[in-house]
Parts: sequence; structure tokens; C-alpha cells
Amino acid sequence: MSEKKKWFTLDLGFNKKVPTASSCGCGKTSGGCGSHEAPSPSKNEHAMTAEEFDKAVEGTMVDETRKDGFQQVFDVKMDRRTAFRKLTASLLVGAGAVQTSCSVIAGEESKEKAQIDWEEQFKGNYKLMTQEERDATVDRLVRSYQLRKKENIKMSATDASKDVLFGYAFNISKCQGYMDCVSACVEENNQDRNSQMQYIRIHEMKDGEGFKFNEADDNYYHEVPAEGHFYMGTQCFHCDDPPCVDVCPVQATWREEDGLVVIDYDWCIGCRYCMAACPYDGRRFNWSKPEVPEEEVNKNQHYLGNRMRKKGVMEKCTFCIQRSRAGKDPACVEACPTGARIFGNLLDPDSTIRWVLANKKVFRLKEDLGTEPKFWYFMD
Amino acid sequence: MVKDSLGYITHGSKTYHIWMIFLTAIMLIGMYCYSIQLEEGLSATGMTDRVSWGLYISNFTFLVGVAAAAVMLVMPTYVLNDIDFKHAVLIGEGLAVAALLMCLAFVVADMGGPSVLWHMIPGIGVFNFPNSMLAWDVIVLNGYLFINITIPLYILFRHYQGKEAKRSVYIPGSILSVLWAVGIHLVTAFLYEGLQARPFWNNALLGPRFLASAFAAGPALIILVLAVIRKFTEFNIEQKTINKIAMIVVVAAQINLIMLVSELFKEFYAPTHHSESAYYLFFGLEGKTALLPWIWTAIPLNVLATVLLTFHKLRRNPKVLYFCCFILFVAIWIEKGFGLIVPGFIPGPYGTIAEYRPTGVEIGVTLGIWAMGAFIFTMLAKTSIGIELGKLRYRKKEKLASKAA
Repeated sequence: MSEKKKWFTLDLGFNKKVPTASSCGCGKTSGGCGSHEAPSPSKNEHAMTAEEFDKAVEGTMVDETRKDGFQQVFDVKMDRRTAFRKLTASLLVGAGAVQTSCSVIAGEESKEKAQIDWEEQFKGNYKLMTQEERDATVDRLVRSYQLRKKENIKMSATDASKDVLFGYAFNISKCQGYMDCVSACVEENNQDRNSQMQYIRIHEMKDGEGFKFNEADDNYYHEVPAEGHFYMGTQCFHCDDPPCVDVCPVQATWREEDGLVVIDYDWCIGCRYCMAACPYDGRRFNWSKPEVPEEEVNKNQHYLGNRMRKKGVMEKCTFCIQRSRAGKDPACVEACPTGARIFGNLLDPDSTIRWVLANKKVFRLKEDLGTEPKFWYFMD
Repeated sequence: MVKDSLGYITHGSKTYHIWMIFLTAIMLIGMYCYSIQLEEGLSATGMTDRVSWGLYISNFTFLVGVAAAAVMLVMPTYVLNDIDFKHAVLIGEGLAVAALLMCLAFVVADMGGPSVLWHMIPGIGVFNFPNSMLAWDVIVLNGYLFINITIPLYILFRHYQGKEAKRSVYIPGSILSVLWAVGIHLVTAFLYEGLQARPFWNNALLGPRFLASAFAAGPALIILVLAVIRKFTEFNIEQKTINKIAMIVVVAAQINLIMLVSELFKEFYAPTHHSESAYYLFFGLEGKTALLPWIWTAIPLNVLATVLLTFHKLRRNPKVLYFCCFILFVAIWIEKGFGLIVPGFIPGPYGTIAEYRPTGVEIGVTLGIWAMGAFIFTMLAKTSIGIELGKLRYRKKEKLASKAA
């Protein structure tokens, strides 16, 4: 934590830090992941499936019992696929309970589904996975989606590139409150439609009164720009010293090398401590099962970004990691009709964002808290 | 021993049976409510993105205090060898165990993903230690639970066999538990205190006030429990013991009041933007006043109890004492429960005022967990009383059966 560099000392472009335990910093494109691999799951998976299948039949359990506390006690020991292979017969009976109902009735597909569920339930923390494990979980997720929805998705697990540190600037003079950024964000990031979850909030403030957030309206439904008002957007600021990361009891959220603060949705336990710790209202929780109509699902996904979430986990803005790591602007930047949003690499001296920081009077919100947001505001 | 105590706790008077059936019924309702919550997700509760912790975490916070308070009895008894407390202390530790189990249950109920809770088990999961205060809390709470189970178990087991417990065995454990109890409460306070995002919690007095209020509410509950035990069993608890515990209660309550005054002074003498949560709690903001009735119940009860208990004459009167303990307990439950947690989120980081109202499901689960605590405590207390009274002894089952019936 303490040795983490603040953004401004990194300006010159040396990224002295060696990527810690996490993984090879290979800047390779969308890791193995591709859907092309998915249709043929590895031999090993097949073998296990068959073995488990027998046990499952013996087990003759009906309910999906993944939440069973008893199983938890045993299952915890094999959060890795390797450990999984060493399971004893008795534990396999437990495994049977998980796949059960469907396996008894039907063939390969449902068995495979159950197998995927099982391995997904007990996989490790993404941050600590090896590259193979990461590729494997991405493959599983792609295959799982294919099995369930009969649709192919493309999921990448691109790592941070060297000499990249993402930053964002917001032009208060330009924003008119159209909220195109909000809808683009929702569509891009597959947010739950039922609860109308939105990462971005646009605050409508009165002219002449300054930044009075408590009197601002962040939930307006009238024609914009409204007379005598100005607009200011907030979202996750991707702090360089993020309080949300410190408080997470299981390291399910962390700061990536390129400055993005991300969440491993499958590792999150849903305690919402990070939500309490965030001074910028940047985090959202899935209070119920998130739902997106199939035809609206964005199928271009990233493991740490807009892949489908589940009930009871946190999520947040990732500066559209699936786009930004592929060299594109986040959806909000692209959608903004006024050009109020600027995104780029803080370590690139020729980037627009660096120009803004150098030539505009920029400021950040709640700087006194020492979180070092990488999100600046400025005016023309 | 397990078999004997099982036999013992399943036998009792009619009142006892009715009490246990009543608790079981509430627990079942709680489980039903929890099953709804599991099915629908936490949207079944009143919590939202704006107020993301509610009744569960409030009760958790308060109960950590109750658990920590058992130490107030442990210290004089084991360490200073004050024979007076010896009878009360087993009850106190039973209470601590029950309170801790309730704490853990509340935390689990609050989790979005109870099926992946194994991520928190050290060695198997990934623990964010020492950065996350919640990781600390998990460790200290479970450690405290372990201590509070082993010490009484050792003593009771020796007595069960008709032997005296060895001081050299349990004294080090007791000293550890004394320090540990302060630790669990401080760590729980730090959980909130360390959040720069929430000015209402980010307050250096939070930890000490947690301790003071805990050492008032916990022993107050112990007094009430001892009163009940004295009424319904032959277990002899001397008046002297109760008087001494009452002394602890009153001192802690006085310190707590002083700290309250200090907090209120800071918030309202020179109010800043950071005082808004306190304004919301005590006066409401923009017509949103959900917490007003609660806090204005808690403060007068708190003051009344403290003042009454301060006078020796009134404190010696059992009726006044029990009444005061009860209202003090309720007052601190409100104040250190949702009176502390909910205003932390209101107004939100950008000033949005969204109120919180628990749903029926949430209340059902909460009641269920309280009933579970009472159930566990009753069983523990009955066993230890049985052993201490000599009814429950190794190879004396026949005698026991005739007596219990």
C-alpha cells in the first residue's frame, strides 16, 4: 500500500514497479478465452464428469445444495482444479449432489453444466490465479453461457499494458445533462435493468450557487439543459489509493497496474464494506439477480468488466476495461454528444488528458480525503 | 457429559418447556424469512445502494459489546479470586458465547453470497490481513468465541467429575480473555472509525464509547439474567454479587454519558458539513425524520437510568435496579445499533438523503437470530447451573433423572 506511487510521480513514464505475484505482464490480446475453444472442453473435464455422474446417481439428491454449510466445510479445500482431482470418493458423492437433478435426467450437456458450476464455485481468487487458471475460468464461463443461452460470447482477460495509467477528465462547461453517457454505460456494461442500476450519476446544480451536491438533483426527468442549471457527472474515480480496496476482507477488489480498480465478481462475498468505505458513491450492489434481456446483452466482455454478474455481489465502473484495454475509449466518452468527457493514458505525454491537466485549472472532489482520484474536473 | 447435559436440558419445568417452544417457533419463523431472503437476494430487505447496512449490522455491532462485557465478571473472579463473582461468571461467559454466535449469524445473514463465505477462512480463502478491519474482526471474534467456550468448559468439566479446576490452567486463559474482550470491541469500532468516507463514524471517540456503552449494557443484561435465574432455579446468587455488577453498570453508564455530551457538543456547537448525519439523527433533514422517535426514546432512557442508578439507595432497591437495567439495555441497543449505523449513510456521499426502513423479512430474521441466542444461552446456563449445583455429575444419572422430573 504505502509504496504505491501516486499518479503524478509517474508522469515521466517509468513504471518501476514489477508486477507482483499476480501474473506475467504479457500484453497479449484477449487471452485464450475465445469462444472457438469452448465447444470442446478438455479431456480431463469429461473424465471427471463421468466419474461424478455415477456418484450422483447413487446420491439421488434432488435439490441444488450448493449453499449447504456441510459441503462448504469440505469443499473449501479444493478451490483449485488440481486439488479437485484428489477428491475422495465420499466427497464425490457431495459433488453429485451439486450436479444431481439434471444429470440424472439428461446427458452430456447438463453434466457439463454441472461440472462447470462445480468448478466455478470452488475456483480461486482471480488476482492470484496463474495464467492457465485464468484462461480456464474464462473458457468455462464462455462455455457455460453457450450451454445455457445457446449464444456465443467473447470474453477476454487482457492484462494491463506496460506504461499505461488511465485517467479521466470532465468538462463542467460542456456537459448539458443529456445522460447519453448513462444509457451507453448501462448498455455497454450489462447492468441490471430491473433495478435500473447506473454507475454514472449526473448532478443538476443551480447556477450561481457553486457545487452544492446536497442540493443537486441526481435523478431528474425533465428536458435538459434546464434553464439556470449546470451539470456534473460522478462515477467511480479509480482512486490511486482506494479505500474500498483496503477494506475488502477477501481481496476481491484491487487496483490493477494500469490504475483501474476492479472486482472479481466470483470472489466477492457481498459484505458491502467497500460500499461503506467509498467516499464517491462509486460502487453498486446486486440486491437481486441482475437481468438483461438476451438481445440487449453486450457479448463483447471482459472477465473483470462487463461479464454477467450474479446476485449478491458488488460491481462498479471499470472505465470499460473491455474497451480501454483494447485501445478504445469507454462507452461514456464515446457517447457524450458535447465532448465533455476526456479519457486517456496519463503516462503518455502527448495524450489529450495530459494536455488538459497541463493547460486547464483542474480540480478533484474531496481531495482532503487523500484517496488521489484519477478523475479531474475542469471548465473552459 | 454431552449425553448427561442433553438429558438435563430436555427436562425441566413447564415454564421452561413453554419458553423453549416459544423460542423454537420464533427461530423457525426466522429461518423461513431467511429462506425468502436467500431466494430473492438482499432486495428482500430494506437496504439499498444508498443505505447499504441496516438492522443486521446494527445488531451485530451491539452484540459484540454484550459479548465483550462478560470480561467484567471474568477479571475479578478468576484473576483477583473474588469468590463473589464465581457463580455469576459462568453465566456471563455463557452469555458471551450466545452473543458471539448471534454476531456471527447476523454477519452471515448480511452477506450477499453466503455460499462463498469460505473465501474468508484463513488458509483456504484469501484473507486481506492486516489491511481490512473486517478481516481482523473475523479473527478476534472467533478467537474470543474459542476462549469463552474452552475456559468454562474446562471448569465445568472438572466440576462435573467432582474435582476442582486448576488455577494454573485457567488463569492464563482468563487474563488473555480480558485483553481479548477489549480487543474485539475496539476492532469492531475501528471497522467504522477507519472510514474517511463517513464522517459520522470517522470519530476518535467511537472506540472508547463503544467500550463504555458495552460495559453498561452487557452487565445490565447479566443482572437481569441473574434475577431470572434466581427466581426460577435454586442457584444461589448473593445480593452482594448483583450489587457489585450494578456498580460496574453505573460507572460505565456515567462515562458513556460524559462521552455522549462531548460528542453532541462537537457536532452542534460549531456544526460543519460533517455534522449533517448527527442533525439527521437528532432532528431530521429535509423532512426525513425516521430515526427521531428512536433516538429521543434512547436518550431520555439512558439519562434516566444513569441518574437513578447513581443513587445508592435506589440502586439497592431490586425493583428500581431491574427496571433501570432494562431501560439502559434498550437505550443502548437503539443508540449503538441503528442509531449508529444508519445515520452513517445519511446523507450519502453526495448529500442524497434516502431513508431506511427494515422490511418484515429483515425483522423476522433478526428476531429469529435473537431467539437463537436466547435458546443457546438457556441451554448453556441450564447445564452449568446443573453442574454447579451438583445435580449433574459423572455417573449420577439415576439421581439426576429423578430430580429433574
